[in-house]
Amino acid sequence: MDILTLVVYILLGIGLFFNLVGIIGLLRFPDVYTRLHAETKTTTFGAIFISLSIVVHSLHQYFHANDASGLSLSIHVVLAILVLAFTNATGSHAIAQAAYNRGQKPVRAVVDKLAEVEFLEKEAEE
Amino acid sequence: MILAWNISVFVLGLLIFGATLRLMMGPTAPDRVVALDAINTLVVAIMIVLGAVYKQTVFVDVAIVYALLSFVGTLFIARFLKRNYL
Repeated sequence: MDILTLVVYILLGIGLFFNLVGIIGLLRFPDVYTRLHAETKTTTFGAIFISLSIVVHSLHQYFHANDASGLSLSIHVVLAILVLAFTNATGSHAIAQAAYNRGQKPVRAVVDKLAEVEFLEKEAEE
Repeated sequence: MILAWNISVFVLGLLIFGATLRLMMGPTAPDRVVALDAINTLVVAIMIVLGAVYKQTVFVDVAIVYALLSFVGTLFIARFLKRNYL
């Protein structure tokens, strides 16, 4: 087996494994914050690795097999990775903030540090 | 290589099924939004892999636009959740 094929398979396997772990965490964690924590990071990481395997393969096609479509495909995939990374991070932050503002507490939470900080800031303003 | 990508598309489809379970079960509205976000990311990954399988760049372009639109959708749903409409 070619070493490059092996690299592509390994990257694909890492991506699929992390996606699987993220969905298992989404199904089994107890509240919305831990689910968000499990899902967003691992799914983004897995999508990045699956895309990396495609970038490696299509760049190999472009440089060694004279396939002209490989370069454009890899550039578009890199753009998609960038878009996915930025939007997933921002979207998960928005979801967590909305869940907090709705008044949802984590399971087994004892203290609410953010409320204390906001209370102290309000007192400092007055 | 094509076979491995087809298998990974199948596995990602199964993972979308798992996220759909959370979308239906989810006790509160933010849980459902988290599941929807997971489904969007997995659909983008599937589109990228299919673009490599069929050697069509159009799939990846559609994936970029889908990611941006799902981001806007997530932001708007989060805004509605913050005001306690749902």
